[in-house]
Amino acid sequence: MCGIAGLIHRGKSSNVGSELQGMLQALKHRGEDSTGYALYGDTDGKYFIMRFKVGENVGEGSSSVMEDVSVYDERKKIVDQTLSEMGAKIVKEERTLPYSLRYEIDYETKDLLDFSQRIESIPGVEILSMGKSLEVIKDLGNAKMVCDRYSLDKLVGTHAIGHARMATESGVDIKSAHPFWGYPFSDVSVVHNGQLTNYWNNRRVLENKGMRFMSECDSELIAVYIAQKMREGASLEEGMKDSLTGLDGVFTYFVATKDSLGMAKDTMAAKPLVLYESDDLVAMGSEEIAIRSVLPQEIDTYDPFDGEVKVWQI
Amino acid sequence: MANIKTSEKKSKAQSMGMHTEVLTGRTQQKFFNPDEAENFYYFGTYDVDFNKRTDLDVMNMSAPEANKEIDNLMSQGYGTIVIKNPQGKHSLGVGILNKLNLIFEGSLGYFGMGSCDGPIVRINGRVGWSCAENLMAGKVVIEKNAGSCFGAAIRGGDLICKGSVGARTGIDMKGGTIIIGGDAGAFTGFMMQRGRIIILGDVGINLGDSMYDGTIFVGGEIGSYGSDAVDAELTSSDQDWLRRKLKVAEIGEDFDVSKMKKIVAGKKLWNYDNLEPTEKKGAI
Repeated sequence: MCGIAGLIHRGKSSNVGSELQGMLQALKHRGEDSTGYALYGDTDGKYFIMRFKVGENVGEGSSSVMEDVSVYDERKKIVDQTLSEMGAKIVKEERTLPYSLRYEIDYETKDLLDFSQRIESIPGVEILSMGKSLEVIKDLGNAKMVCDRYSLDKLVGTHAIGHARMATESGVDIKSAHPFWGYPFSDVSVVHNGQLTNYWNNRRVLENKGMRFMSECDSELIAVYIAQKMREGASLEEGMKDSLTGLDGVFTYFVATKDSLGMAKDTMAAKPLVLYESDDLVAMGSEEIAIRSVLPQEIDTYDPFDGEVKVWQI
Repeated sequence: MANIKTSEKKSKAQSMGMHTEVLTGRTQQKFFNPDEAENFYYFGTYDVDFNKRTDLDVMNMSAPEANKEIDNLMSQGYGTIVIKNPQGKHSLGVGILNKLNLIFEGSLGYFGMGSCDGPIVRINGRVGWSCAENLMAGKVVIEKNAGSCFGAAIRGGDLICKGSVGARTGIDMKGGTIIIGGDAGAFTGFMMQRGRIIILGDVGINLGDSMYDGTIFVGGEIGSYGSDAVDAELTSSDQDWLRRKLKVAEIGEDFDVSKMKKIVAGKKLWNYDNLEPTEKKGAI
């Protein structure tokens, strides 16, 4: 089933980590195999923030293969060495969990494709997000468990999207969890609720164009599809509108960039979405109870129509 | 136990396996005797007094707890119940088989007022997917917007949304009336079999797709017609009915119904083309 939620504050920052945790926890009945956050925090924009993993969570319910923890350290060493070779300086390093790391990197580049390809050529290493503001955090369990595990409740920023996942078409693991980074674009992330039926056709086309897929989760296609459209010169909104015909199936998805948040709904309108919009806040989720966790007072909400695409700026 | 015998007459529908047996002999059917009326009890109903009113705050209640409390209040004779703080919870107010004035001060989530038979309900907020699904009788009024599958499979009653609704409004409906003050999404009236839908605003693509019967009236623009949905003449009796219905519904009383479009089933689906009249009944 899965549930998605997102919010964007316009003209101010807020405790988006805590707010999104509340929204996703309200949707936990839609799936708690894994939960993911894409948070756009307040930063000075000087350094890249790279969230990456060197292994999988092999806890209860995971479909991943158990590995010796020592391989995590080996992979981290190779990542550090590769960064050094590329002239990227690690300014700050955090290791929340043995397999999950956060680096702040001083690196001068605009095209992250080569950078990402070199890092991800290291076996077992996957970049979860890369950007000046974006941080993707995803792991097994419900929203509160993941939030507590990564201490996300104090993160202040402008906008965020998240996903509560019931695994149906791929494994229970971090690599299949949402959000997906819009590789190789800085600060682009995607969450999706639905099923895509032309996944393999699109994947083959996009791989031939040099795009990479880290999982076999159909939702990852949306991130790659939008990223490819943007590579070809389309705006975020144009790429999303194109996806209504390019992607086949039923879907509601959100895309976030450094300064915007967008939603798209397929032409069958088969997946739910409830939306609240005011001058200073947009909040949306698969169910109204998600919005109620941040806006308990009586509010006006509505369901976007079939084939609708909307984009908001901070 | 009823005896079973095979019908001798072989129709096309029978050869398709649609009905090959008929029941004879005694059945389980009971016939109502007015002299024994006092002995009959309709499960889940109570004698209530509409002037006996109470509030129920469901802020800290689960949906089953709230619904049980509504039932409990009806058993105490309360005929007007005001629900405070519904907070978008799912499945509130389901299964009410009673005459009752029920007022929600706020919004409902999915499946609100499902499977009801008789209550008069006013919801001062929004409703989520599948509001009033399987409504048998009564009236449900939503002051704001509604989600998809609004009034799915209703058999009777009036279902009114003063705002806009999502996709598949009136899907599989078998009777009753749905009135929308705003716009409606895609696949409105999908597979409807009976009843009427009135939309004062615009409607999305595939209107009335695969509808068997029933009527849809649209005041605004139509995105596209669904399979087998066709235009029909808007008669003066249609207009009289629309005026009366909109007035009773307290919505669009000044609306110019003479310009509304009327959409019905073209009845060109396979079962209408290929079967004899008696067989159509079996096919449906």
